[in-house]
Amino acid sequence: MNGRLVRLAETARAPVAFTFDGEALTGLEGDTVLTAILLSRRGLRQAEFGPEPRAGFCLMGACQDCWIWQEDGPRLRACSTSLEAGMRLLSQAPQGWPESAA
Amino acid sequence: MTRVLIVGAGPAGIRAAEWLVAAGLHPVVVDEGARAGGQIYRRPPMGFTRPPEKLYGSEAGKAVALHQTFDRMVAERRVDHHPRSSVVALAQGEAHVLGPERVTRIGYDRLILATGAADRVAPVPGWQGAGVYSLGAAQIALKSQGVALGRRIVLAGSGPLLTLLASQLIAAGAEVGAVLDTAPMRRQVRGGLTMALARPGVTLRGLAMRARLGRLYHAGVGLDRIEAGADGPVALHWRDAQGRGQVTPCDMVGLGWHLRAETHLADLAGVPLAWDDTFHQWLPQADAMGRAGGGVYLAGDGLRILGADGAELAGQLAASACLEDLGLPIPPSGPELRRLRRMQRFAAAMQSAFPWPAKMVQDLPDHTVLCRCEGVTAGALRTTLDLSGPDANRAKSLGRVGMGRCQGRYCQLAGAEVMAAAVGSPPQAMGRLRGQPPVRPVPVSAYLDG
Ligand code: FES
Repeated sequence: MNGRLVRLAETARAPVAFTFDGEALTGLEGDTVLTAILLSRRGLRQAEFGPEPRAGFCLMGACQDCWIWQEDGPRLRACSTSLEAGMRLLSQAPQGWPESAA
Repeated sequence: MTRVLIVGAGPAGIRAAEWLVAAGLHPVVVDEGARAGGQIYRRPPMGFTRPPEKLYGSEAGKAVALHQTFDRMVAERRVDHHPRSSVVALAQGEAHVLGPERVTRIGYDRLILATGAADRVAPVPGWQGAGVYSLGAAQIALKSQGVALGRRIVLAGSGPLLTLLASQLIAAGAEVGAVLDTAPMRRQVRGGLTMALARPGVTLRGLAMRARLGRLYHAGVGLDRIEAGADGPVALHWRDAQGRGQVTPCDMVGLGWHLRAETHLADLAGVPLAWDDTFHQWLPQADAMGRAGGGVYLAGDGLRILGADGAELAGQLAASACLEDLGLPIPPSGPELRRLRRMQRFAAAMQSAFPWPAKMVQDLPDHTVLCRCEGVTAGALRTTLDLSGPDANRAKSLGRVGMGRCQGRYCQLAGAEVMAAAVGSPPQAMGRLRGQPPVRPVPVSAYLDG
């Protein structure tokens, strides 16, 4: 409910289930990871150099503000990665990162 | 056969590919998008249903023509298309291409850079938090995802995208609380006359769009700060043209002042860059056709910021220059060059009508975050100056402005402006940040598995 984004169009798409920080969320097929998370949440991650949360800035792969983690696998740029069913996304590095990343 | 590598599949890259294919070449096209089209004619993912008229308005015909041209070349195997891929480095005739999995190397004999542009952004106190986006981001969200980036949106900055985006958001059902243009009305009138002479149709469309915004639109404003709560903006504080303080509640702020050419690859390819007073940024140097020398050609907003129509023309011209240098026959380019010059006059007038807010940036309070990546403030940069002297690259080494992961794309101009004001010089005297590979962050594993 408390999401930052609002859907204005293209709502008749198949749902896609994923988790963010362990919580089950649902996006739609064709959503980017950024879209899917921010429809339910206010931010993607905490800034490393300040107290504020971050939620992307350019949405075109230029600012690198939207990198987040997965429970397994490499980090990803949320604005330019398509949501896939079963993704387990994290706002912070998992335990043991970066050694655990492939 | 000569291997030509085209970087970027927006209007410039697509037209360049088309002309090379027509001459019998088989270019390789590397593009960051999942589907070709670029930013302004960006296509939504497969399965989305809004028609082109809804997505691209009056430009729908041009967008569809470009998409079809490219899709046909791919279907007929006349181009080698690498979508979702970034050229991250250029060395010894090879491009290092970061795809979804790993880095591969693609050799080339000629290189056409059609890397486009992104928003030119000026810092506003509070802009580092969640819920502040570039104007381009808001447009991408609407076009390619069908979402608004907030429930109550305030747009601020200057340039054609400001009013265009506001109209698009309102038409799509988003709530826009204010459209704040830092360009004073008298400058707009003066530049607007020259714009109307060069491209009357485009100028009139812009004016009509502005008129429909009515009381939401304010010219000649000053931006004071973005007030934020724990998780994002709650209001934008600004001053109207009479200097009266105003507060507009919002949960999203969009910022942008025209475009900034994406020049990192041109820099790595050895193309000289020079400060351009009209466009207020460093731009690559090439001849009228886009020929930069050494087998490198440039086209589109990454060379001259003329927008999509100019990019299509420039793509064709760069391809012609490349073919000519290969000793192949080309049609005369006179008419295209004349059209391009008219677009340049228009673009220059537009820059002067809707200028970069130099004074606002020079006067940024010390606590303003200048570098969003690493939270370096204007005050910290001013302090660094004592050690670094007025030199952007030294200030970057010592104060980290431009060192973060956007590699200076969103702080270089503001940083130069702040330093220059402190020592009483023009911003170009601070020098240009040298481009460094990789031009996008690359996981080490992407190189190791290769
Ligand atoms: S939001 Fe800028 S790179 Fe993703």
